[in-house]
Amino acid sequence: MEIILAVLIGFMYAAGIYLILRRSLVKLIVGLIILGNAVNLLLFLLGGITKGQPPVIGDAEKLLAGVYADPLPQALILTAIVISFGLQAFAMVLLQREYIQGGVEDLDNLKEEDEEK
Amino acid sequence: MLTAIVVCFTTALIFAFAGKYLGQMGTYLISLLPAGLFLYFLSLQSELVSSGEILLNYSWIESLGIDLSFRLDGMAQIFALLICGIGFLVYIYAAEYLKNHRHIDRFYGYLTVFMGSMLGLVLSNNLITLFIFWELTSITSFFLIGFNHRDLLARKAALTALTLTGGGGLIMLVGFIMMGQVAGTYTISEILQSGDVFADSIYLGLIILALLVGCFTKSAQFPFHFWLPDAMRAPTPISTYLHSATMVKAGVYLLARFSPLFDGELYWNEALLLFGGITMLYGAINSIFKTDLKAILAYTTISALGIMVLMIGIGSSTAILALLLFIVVHALYKAGLFLLTGALDHLTGTREITRLSGLRTKSGILFVAGILAAVSSAGIIPALGYHGKHLIYAAAMETDLLSFLILSLIVAANLFIICAGFLVGIKPFTGRPNSGNAPLHPTSLLLWAPPLLLGVLGMVAGIFPSYLEAHLLIPAQTGITSVESTAHLHLWSGFDPVFWMSFFTVLGGVGLYLLFRPSHRYSNQLKSLEKISSRYLLEQIIRGTKNFFYFITHLLQNGYLRYYTAVILTFLIFLIGLRMNLGFVSDHQMSFPVDFTFNEIATVAIMVISIFLAVFTSSRIVAVASLGGVGMCICLLFVYYSAPDLAMTQFTIDTLTVVLFVLLLKKLPTYLTKVDTGLNWRDLVISCTFGAMISVIAMEILLTGSVVEGISSYYAENAYQLAKGKNVVNVILVDFRGVDTLIEITVLAVAGLGVFSLIRLHMSVDS
Repeated sequence: MEIILAVLIGFMYAAGIYLILRRSLVKLIVGLIILGNAVNLLLFLLGGITKGQPPVIGDAEKLLAGVYADPLPQALILTAIVISFGLQAFAMVLLQREYIQGGVEDLDNLKEEDEEK
Repeated sequence: MLTAIVVCFTTALIFAFAGKYLGQMGTYLISLLPAGLFLYFLSLQSELVSSGEILLNYSWIESLGIDLSFRLDGMAQIFALLICGIGFLVYIYAAEYLKNHRHIDRFYGYLTVFMGSMLGLVLSNNLITLFIFWELTSITSFFLIGFNHRDLLARKAALTALTLTGGGGLIMLVGFIMMGQVAGTYTISEILQSGDVFADSIYLGLIILALLVGCFTKSAQFPFHFWLPDAMRAPTPISTYLHSATMVKAGVYLLARFSPLFDGELYWNEALLLFGGITMLYGAINSIFKTDLKAILAYTTISALGIMVLMIGIGSSTAILALLLFIVVHALYKAGLFLLTGALDHLTGTREITRLSGLRTKSGILFVAGILAAVSSAGIIPALGYHGKHLIYAAAMETDLLSFLILSLIVAANLFIICAGFLVGIKPFTGRPNSGNAPLHPTSLLLWAPPLLLGVLGMVAGIFPSYLEAHLLIPAQTGITSVESTAHLHLWSGFDPVFWMSFFTVLGGVGLYLLFRPSHRYSNQLKSLEKISSRYLLEQIIRGTKNFFYFITHLLQNGYLRYYTAVILTFLIFLIGLRMNLGFVSDHQMSFPVDFTFNEIATVAIMVISIFLAVFTSSRIVAVASLGGVGMCICLLFVYYSAPDLAMTQFTIDTLTVVLFVLLLKKLPTYLTKVDTGLNWRDLVISCTFGAMISVIAMEILLTGSVVEGISSYYAENAYQLAKGKNVVNVILVDFRGVDTLIEITVLAVAGLGVFSLIRLHMSVDS
């Protein structure tokens, strides 16, 4: 299954980057979101995947023993998901502002703004 | 000695700020500084003579062998006295010359920094500190040449000078570092005693080359000479001080300083003879074809510097003695001529030799100063210049290598130098008064006294030469070559061959002066030769460099965001590919997985379809919906692989993202319909390659990488026992790594603030 996931992640990277390289403002946002998801998934995969053993200590036990999913990558990814949301939200609003203010929908036209002002 | 230098820099700093308020009084006050320093160095004279050298050492950067180490020996003493002595005259002269100038405070600030650096340069006993002072003189020179900063040509000249002298200095630094590595120390006095270490080193050739480039640029040797005539755009006191009497001699100083080490090695002597000779002749011939007094003097200075380098190239005891004497002689008469030029400029408002004549009645006292300087320049008995010429001829006759050729070249150059000296010192005063001149300004004491004083000094020292020789020249000469020179200074040494040579040179020079009429015609003709000069070459190189980087900058920094991303990614691909090319750790023997369930495969399939939709759909709402699909599938994957917390977070966040996107969608532009197939293919290749690389790396890590044991198990064991929580992930986030989470929340809060303010922002429309 890991190989399938690795290929999937590569595919997500490719899709995200391809969209970021487009000229359209909206595609940039979509690409950013896909890329963010891909990174999280990559981290998750590399941390090692385990089926059906969540890192939760049983009611009667005092420590996690036996086979269990690694809690550390999960903690990291949880942080990463939240942060990438912050980034995406900010990017979306910022680009929308840019569109409303400057009427720019083509990223290539953003270039000229500096020089005119 | 450190005190002397520090005093210069602090005074400069104080004057730069307080100079405005001190006014004219301040300029007189600051002139006391070089006078005081002159007396200070004089007071060290007796100690110097008895002990041979005075050493001072302050540790600075010990680990790199860089010390504030100073050494006053005979040669440094000569330079220090010249720097302070002529410095004093220039200071008081400039007080009158630049009276009421707006930026007089700056002027004295730069000048004092320069004086401090120059003193530091000749006193340094450490290569690196010497280099620092060396470059400081280049930088102050830049500011002083461009002092009249509204003058385009002055700015250009300043830049040329800085490019050449500063660049040469940098090349020299390379040589210094190699020297330090070879000798194992940066202390100059120790390097000079390291003997054969250099002769055996394979770096010897490079060291000599770097040293020569540094010194030749500083001392305006051919083909780096052209910055010096340009530098005459500076106010005359600056030209006197920096570009004639002191700074340009720094290269000569350094060559002389290291000549004991390199004399007789490889091409050292030959290079010095060759370039010194060319410079000497080139400067001399050019000088008399100029019509601007300062340009004439600039070229004779170049010529004189050539003679000095030539003397170091000969390298015998007599030659070194001749060099040291000539440094003093030249400083005295050339400074005198320059100051005279400034005074004439002040008097008549022009420096054009064709417009100056018959001034003897108007300013007799300047005429006296002019005659004295011209006589010394020509080497007519009994001026000090006579002794200088005498020793130079004697040294040239002693050489066994090309003696006749060198001698005849020196004689030829001297003919022109004598003529040029007369042109500046005497020509403006003779002949009929020029009626076309502007009304004359009266010359004040401070303008005529310094050149006159220099002239008288040269005459007095010439009449009693043994005093100068015993106290300054011999200690300095024996410091460089261990053998004391057999030649000595006598006011009258009989009718020996040297005398006759001197005599006929003077005769020839005066004859040339009487026959030659300066005119614009010659200088214009010379200009047409500039196409093949080194200046033209340098300008072409600079222009070429500028255009090249203009092109590169526009290529790389073109302002297109996508382009930047593409370049960064391509470079990354290249880098990762390079590493992958080295091979993989794992053996790629991975059996096709069969451990998956239908649910997993279905989830992945949905994801792939959603991503395809998100990429290629032309409807924005479909793209957003697909995004939601992708997010939910990831959420499912988290559930499959034992990460309930991640699944919950992903679910929440993904929902939020989609909701936000849809809310904003109304005010976002529709998809662009522009299609550029070529670009699409390029981007497709880039992104697919990058994605494939990520896949390969991920597999490589999965096959070989091992998670470091210990960290996770620590959390697993202690989550309940220490933190009383059963959900380990939660415990890590809120307890073990609580501060991290706090910072994360802060980041999110900042992003939230940003989003909020962007939404609420009602930007006033820019006019």
